[in-house]
Amino acid sequence: MATMPASASDLFKSFKLKTKQQELLIRVSILCLVYILAFITRLFSVLRYESMIHEFDPYFNYRTTLYLTENGFYDFWNWFDYESWYPLGRIVGGTLYPGLMVTAVLIYRILRFLRFAVHIREVCVLTAPFFASNTTLVAYFFGKEIWDSGAGLVAAILIAICPGYISRSVAGSYDNEGVAIFALLFTFYVFVKAVNTGSLAWSLASAFGYFYMVSAWGGYVFIINLIPLYVLVLLITGRYSMRLYVAYNCMYILGMLLAMQIRFVGFQHVQSGEHMAAMGVFFLMQVFYFLDWVKHMLSDTKLFQAFLRITVTCAVAVGGIALGLGMVSGYISPWTGRFYSLLDPTYAKDHIPIIASVSEHQPTAWSSFMFDFHILLFLFPAGLYFCFKRLSDATIFIVMYGLTSMYFAGVMVRLILVATPAVCLISAIAVSATVKNLTVLLRSKNKVVQTGSTKGSGGSKSSSKALLDQSQPFQKNGAIALLFGAFYLLSRYATHCTWVTSEAYSSPSIVLAARGAHGNRVIFDDYREAYFWLRQNTPQDAKVMSWWDYGYQITAMGNRTVIVDNNTWNNTHIATVGRAMSSYEDEAIEIIRSLDVDYVLVVFGGVTGYSSDDINKFLWMVRIGGGVFPVIKEPDYLVNGEYRVDKGAAPKMLNCLMYKLCYYRFGEMLTEYGKPPGYDRARGVEIGNKDVKLEHLEEAFTTSNWIVRIYRVKPPNNRW
Amino acid sequence: MGKLWLICIASISILLPFLCNAFSPETPTDRRVLVLLDDFAIMSSHSLYFNALKSRGFDLEFKLADDPKIALQRYGQYLYDALILFCPSVERFGGSIDVAAIVNFVDSGHDLIVAADVNASDLIREVGTECGVDFDEDPSAMVIDHIGYAVSGTEGDHTLIASDDFIKSDVILGGKKIEAPILFRGIGHAVSPANSLVLKVLSASPSAYSANPKSKLSTPPPLTGSAISLVSIVQARNNARLLITGSLSMFSNRFFRSGVQKAGSQIKHEKSGNEQFLTEISKWIFHERGHLKAVNVKHHRVGETDEPALYRINDELEYAVEIYEWSGTSWEPYVANDVQLQFYMMSPYVLKTLSSDKKGLYSTSFKVPDVYGVFQFKVEHQKLGYTSLSLSKQIPVRPYRHNEYERFIPAAYPYYGAAFSMMAGFFIFSFAHLYSK
Repeated sequence: MATMPASASDLFKSFKLKTKQQELLIRVSILCLVYILAFITRLFSVLRYESMIHEFDPYFNYRTTLYLTENGFYDFWNWFDYESWYPLGRIVGGTLYPGLMVTAVLIYRILRFLRFAVHIREVCVLTAPFFASNTTLVAYFFGKEIWDSGAGLVAAILIAICPGYISRSVAGSYDNEGVAIFALLFTFYVFVKAVNTGSLAWSLASAFGYFYMVSAWGGYVFIINLIPLYVLVLLITGRYSMRLYVAYNCMYILGMLLAMQIRFVGFQHVQSGEHMAAMGVFFLMQVFYFLDWVKHMLSDTKLFQAFLRITVTCAVAVGGIALGLGMVSGYISPWTGRFYSLLDPTYAKDHIPIIASVSEHQPTAWSSFMFDFHILLFLFPAGLYFCFKRLSDATIFIVMYGLTSMYFAGVMVRLILVATPAVCLISAIAVSATVKNLTVLLRSKNKVVQTGSTKGSGGSKSSSKALLDQSQPFQKNGAIALLFGAFYLLSRYATHCTWVTSEAYSSPSIVLAARGAHGNRVIFDDYREAYFWLRQNTPQDAKVMSWWDYGYQITAMGNRTVIVDNNTWNNTHIATVGRAMSSYEDEAIEIIRSLDVDYVLVVFGGVTGYSSDDINKFLWMVRIGGGVFPVIKEPDYLVNGEYRVDKGAAPKMLNCLMYKLCYYRFGEMLTEYGKPPGYDRARGVEIGNKDVKLEHLEEAFTTSNWIVRIYRVKPPNNRW
Repeated sequence: MGKLWLICIASISILLPFLCNAFSPETPTDRRVLVLLDDFAIMSSHSLYFNALKSRGFDLEFKLADDPKIALQRYGQYLYDALILFCPSVERFGGSIDVAAIVNFVDSGHDLIVAADVNASDLIREVGTECGVDFDEDPSAMVIDHIGYAVSGTEGDHTLIASDDFIKSDVILGGKKIEAPILFRGIGHAVSPANSLVLKVLSASPSAYSANPKSKLSTPPPLTGSAISLVSIVQARNNARLLITGSLSMFSNRFFRSGVQKAGSQIKHEKSGNEQFLTEISKWIFHERGHLKAVNVKHHRVGETDEPALYRINDELEYAVEIYEWSGTSWEPYVANDVQLQFYMMSPYVLKTLSSDKKGLYSTSFKVPDVYGVFQFKVEHQKLGYTSLSLSKQIPVRPYRHNEYERFIPAAYPYYGAAFSMMAGFFIFSFAHLYSK
């Protein structure tokens, strides 16, 4: 970089610092500020509500973390949880990614060792912001590696407040992704570093980074497919080098061995279809190296050509046969549905309703791109342009990361998260390069004006600019205007990010907030009210049936056994619950009794206007239930393909268990002034069946705003 | 003895949900019985029956059915253990008793005997309906049998019938065979097909039908043949026992004493079977017979004595339970060879017949299946005449821990060999490569 402006340099001169030291000081202080900013911008939720765990999955993570702190690692590793998936149970230790829990407990232990008397919940709540802060550091180093330290700084700032990342890492959002994005970016950074340096040590570090990522999140599959793809592209574009060979081989072999230590992954890493690309590229790499060696040994080009042909044919044939045999014998498992649905966005809708039913698995709307990326959406292509202009191993990597992750982000909403670091980095390159060019322009022009013939320290670059200057007289003003424009845009970005964070992404979703008639905030704390009721008023071994969304929360907060939960490992079991919910009451009671259910819990938003309730999710229950039990047919619940709950609704709809449980006693209730009784505010209609009578179930508890309704299963009739 | 008693009571109170919790579960025989009558003349005309009950130690309290002071419970406590309704014509009970009160009385585990008769009131019919039987809707209908009638001095309209079509159960009717037919004169009823708990104890013969004997039969009678039940019983799910009959006179001294000769039969019995039949069945109704209890449910791994919180797959375990039967005065060991245990998760994975030591102890041992999940030990012993035993105890079965697998399996030795030879080879190769020049 060039020298500082005069006044600032005077100030620094008084500290007797050299230019390099000044720069370092500025850089470090910026990074420190960014580090703190990334942390505190994620604390909105704690200030608005309280230090609590959010949403659904985090409650499971919290419960397991609690178990880990109380019972130690070995019990956690072997934990067989008989409170969920009754009566099947779940081997928790073998079906989760333990990285998050182990990390939180490690932080907890360290704090305890330092005599900070914290509760594990506080640690869990703040784990995600803490790792977001760490991510900014990694982004800085990554940016520095692929472009320069200026781009690194900008990247750190952008990623610190980018809504796409904040959405999954606010305080209380204690989910795998919070840690995993850090691990993902770290692995990529270290791998790029290893490719750039060819150092075994960096490669080893990337293997460990990969191990941490595998332990933390199922999204590691992205790494193990992107890196081979990247290597393949380098091979094809003739950028093969010894550095790449060392980096990839070491990373793949060690990373694989380490990843296999995670019980949930285990032998999948060498057997499942998703991991085959990495293995194929690994073998290809050896063939490449071998050919390189043969080429080196053979001086005769013709002979080599022949040899090449034979080797390539053999290698491809052997690889193809091996893959075919593996597939046929079942040794290599085919791709999972989740993976398919990534490659083909329509796959899940047709084949796996349980994946399609999750809102965060929906294809992304344009508005949410805009919402989550804001100006980055425009800076991203600009950054790609800069990357292509200065193509190197590192920029190829970031381009590929950016393009693939953007594709995935388009397929599934939740994968915006994976794209965010790439978008931030590439945008940072755009911002940094533009600003740098503009400032260089400004300063070099000054020099040209002042000293005329001396071309300054800028060398060939500034001389070319000087040449340009003479042809474009308004360039200085233009540069100033552009700079101001850039700063305006960036300040808009900062404002947008803060607004989004505070308004949209800091809601715990277990406590709902709405605006009252007088503009005041109304808090609906019905979920916790219901779970607390369950904990206090039901027998210790009571079984609660609900749709799977609420399973984790019921076990974690209500401490009661559930039939299905958010770990959707057994589709049949979920379909059984879906079938019970969509059958008539006397058919449903058979299923309910066969599962030893004591209580049935439904979520109902008709009183408050809360739209993500069970009636709106009901069609998914029908679809999932119908997928396994063909007696449940979706058209039975629709009228002319339309889903409705009012008088015109399908008769089966009006009498199925879910409808009855949601609307029991609702027909006599006035919800809104000027509307008839039984007016459903979530759907804006008057319900069709107001006279709901229950035979085998009885109302046990309804929360103050009717959001959660719990029913008790009656024992069989005494005399019949 | 007192100590043992205490232990028994303690163990019973743990098992309360599984057992009949009607009265005192320890002495399940009823003590206090309320008898509701149409008029007090029945006290003397049916005195043989009442005296038989009194002699067995029951405390009978006679009240008119429309007595305004009668009540089944006071301050939330039931005053009686059983209720006898000998009031077929009552339109409205006095006091606080109504059909709902009687139903609640039964549903909280108390016993009931209902005797209807010709011209039974709607109220009594309603009680019958609640118990799962439907009396003939024609109020003046009677059971008529032109073949199986009882021969009597005055040749009548064949409404006095002699029936001997009993349910085959020693538990309900006592060990001694009832030789003489039962005299019956009254209204017939059918058991409701929707009710799986009601049983015909005494059915009419195939030639019987239900109609008004005074009028000509214009339409086919609604109830015919052995579908007509003369006496029915219900054992509710909470083990409350009910008896419903369409004849009050079958309890009377006159029927008890009179001889009987079934039409077409040469044998003339000196005494009808009514006394034996009704006495024996009242023993069953009042829990002097056929009442079981299960205590001391124990399960543990083979070779251990403590009950574990959960089992591991492939554990060997032992299960034991003690089952006793109430004999009217004391608990005697229950002897049967068909008590079965299920190790159940959605469906029984293990189904074993428990072996008995004839002293009440039933036990078995088996291997936990190679499936993990939340299992239940289930004993569902439902045998005709006995109270239903339904024990279930939840027990999770976990998979192996990481260090419980076999560590040195022969099949793994090639891999160990490969790993170590690889290590050695790599060492030698490095050594040779570095120092060979």
